[in-house]
Amino acid sequence: MNIKRLMAVIKKEFLHIRRDRASLIMAVMMPLIFIFLFGYAVNTDVENIDMAVLDMDKSMESRELVKKFEASNYFVPSVYVKNTGELERLIDTGNVKCAIIIPSGFSKTVNGFGDSNVQLIIDGVDPTIARTALQSGFLLSKNYSLEQLPQLQSSQLSSGEPGLDVRTKVWYNPNLESTKFTIPGLIGLIMQNITVILTAFSLVREKERGTIELLMVTPVKPAELIVGKMVPYILIGTLDFLIALFFGTFWFDVPIAGNTLLLILLGVIFVICSLSIGILISTIAQTQAQAMQMAFLFLLPSILLSGFIFPRESMPFPIMVAGYFIPLTYFLKILRGIILKGSDFTILASEVYILLAFGIALLAVASISFKKRLD
Amino acid sequence: MTKENMAVWTKSLTKRFGDLVAVNGVSLEIPKGSIYGILGPNGAGKSTLIRMLCGVLTPTSGEGEIFGYDILKESERIKQSIGYMSQKFSLYEDLTVLENIRFYAQVYSVPDDIRNERISQIVKMAGLEGREKQLAGHLSGGWKQRLALGCTLLHKPKMLILDEPTSGVDPVSRRVFWQIIHRLAKEGITIIVTTHYMDEAEGCDELIFIFSGHIIGKGSPKELIAEKNARNLEDVFIKYVEEDTGKKVEASFEDMKFILRDKEGDRH
Repeated sequence: MNIKRLMAVIKKEFLHIRRDRASLIMAVMMPLIFIFLFGYAVNTDVENIDMAVLDMDKSMESRELVKKFEASNYFVPSVYVKNTGELERLIDTGNVKCAIIIPSGFSKTVNGFGDSNVQLIIDGVDPTIARTALQSGFLLSKNYSLEQLPQLQSSQLSSGEPGLDVRTKVWYNPNLESTKFTIPGLIGLIMQNITVILTAFSLVREKERGTIELLMVTPVKPAELIVGKMVPYILIGTLDFLIALFFGTFWFDVPIAGNTLLLILLGVIFVICSLSIGILISTIAQTQAQAMQMAFLFLLPSILLSGFIFPRESMPFPIMVAGYFIPLTYFLKILRGIILKGSDFTILASEVYILLAFGIALLAVASISFKKRLD
Repeated sequence: MTKENMAVWTKSLTKRFGDLVAVNGVSLEIPKGSIYGILGPNGAGKSTLIRMLCGVLTPTSGEGEIFGYDILKESERIKQSIGYMSQKFSLYEDLTVLENIRFYAQVYSVPDDIRNERISQIVKMAGLEGREKQLAGHLSGGWKQRLALGCTLLHKPKMLILDEPTSGVDPVSRRVFWQIIHRLAKEGITIIVTTHYMDEAEGCDELIFIFSGHIIGKGSPKELIAEKNARNLEDVFIKYVEEDTGKKVEASFEDMKFILRDKEGDRH
């Protein structure tokens, strides 16, 4: 590799970027737009579930129970109905996602006489909402009964079932907030999408404009051309990473538990990996339209395969294996590890080495697959 | 003449694209320092032949040498000693004149101490003084083509390969361009050029006619005109095409007007 020729290519690429102001602005704006859009939209925390109330007891106790549901923020008792028919219709039409039926004699049960059951009906079409409603409904009523029946509770415990008392403790994200899980992954996903597209067009553009033909008769080496084209985008990609990281962590309040400097350094390695994928696409594709199609063919499945949304552990084996061939898979582990768990290098070493190997291999393949010939 | 005195030497050079034989068994011997013209109708295989000489296309079969370097195995060595100008403008339209020239000067590793001097020589030769900061894409045809020529000369090549360098350029720019070419030839640079302009062809030392990938005629302009008993090179060109296709080509543009008028007269 000749350093002067490499520098010439780098300088030329910077000039192209400077002249194409619109693309430069897009490249810087994209992480901002994406982090806000996805940060708010990809949210599996369910709150404010509309609830119908059929209160047949109309007692202080029944009103108190409804209030407990309301105070949890999970439920909004939006409609009060008079009979089960009305209630069914509301669920059928989708106006409410759940309903609570408090039978007459509820207050007596609470006070220790009689035996009546509160019923919580849940619309199970959307499993995410249903699961939240089910869990929080169950917890709320259990807590309520604990408050109301301290004596009964203690007597039940002492006399009752064999005690297998499991104490659970959730680490790293104790409130199980989905943004804590989503945001670090989102930063990686945004990085991947922007950087792959940045370089996917770089060589193809020269093919389409015919400028490649003249380059081919110069002594410039494929590796000089490819590395030279990447260098300016490594800077832009790193800037994009910092923007996404800054807004992701500050705006969405996901503090970085680990070493920020290590995270940025590994981010740069990931940027190089993704840019190499883009360049590789660029060497194979003959037109910009083809490059676009190839980029999507890679980017869309990687959202799923990398484990950005769904855990890879629960995927069928071949699909899980496919995830191993995507650099984002490893970078997501690094992001989540450093941001949420405060992992250090020793814990993430294998991911880092794999990522490095990916970067070097992709660059080598791109350099080899770029032939200085038109046929 | 021996092979060693040749700038270009090829033997049965052939290029196939699938079923199509673009260049079929072309053998060339181009002496050093000559202006060598390649003529032929569109699609005859001129550009394919030229691209094989530049090392941009790989020949399907046959062999060739440029200044003694094998076109298959030593194409990177060849690239240091040739300059190539493709049919289409291949410089960066979003870069300025000077940025384009600088880029190619660096890519060709022109030494730092003489680079600026070389660049100003090129700017002067191409008549681009005062336009250094203009975007290449904003130049008109004649300027663009002289800029492209300038960029191929930065590394002082021993041979220039020009593929229809003057297509779409006005008559004055065409003459300015050819003045430069003749000056370069006098300095000892071998020139290979394809063209459709017969006046340009007449200025060449030697010509070949290519038709459907074959060489169908060879010689100096005078020899060719005498051999075909023609008035000028354009007639030679037409005669070759007629012989090869067996079809008559309308004699002249002047005659054409009358033929069309007669035909219209018949209809009335």
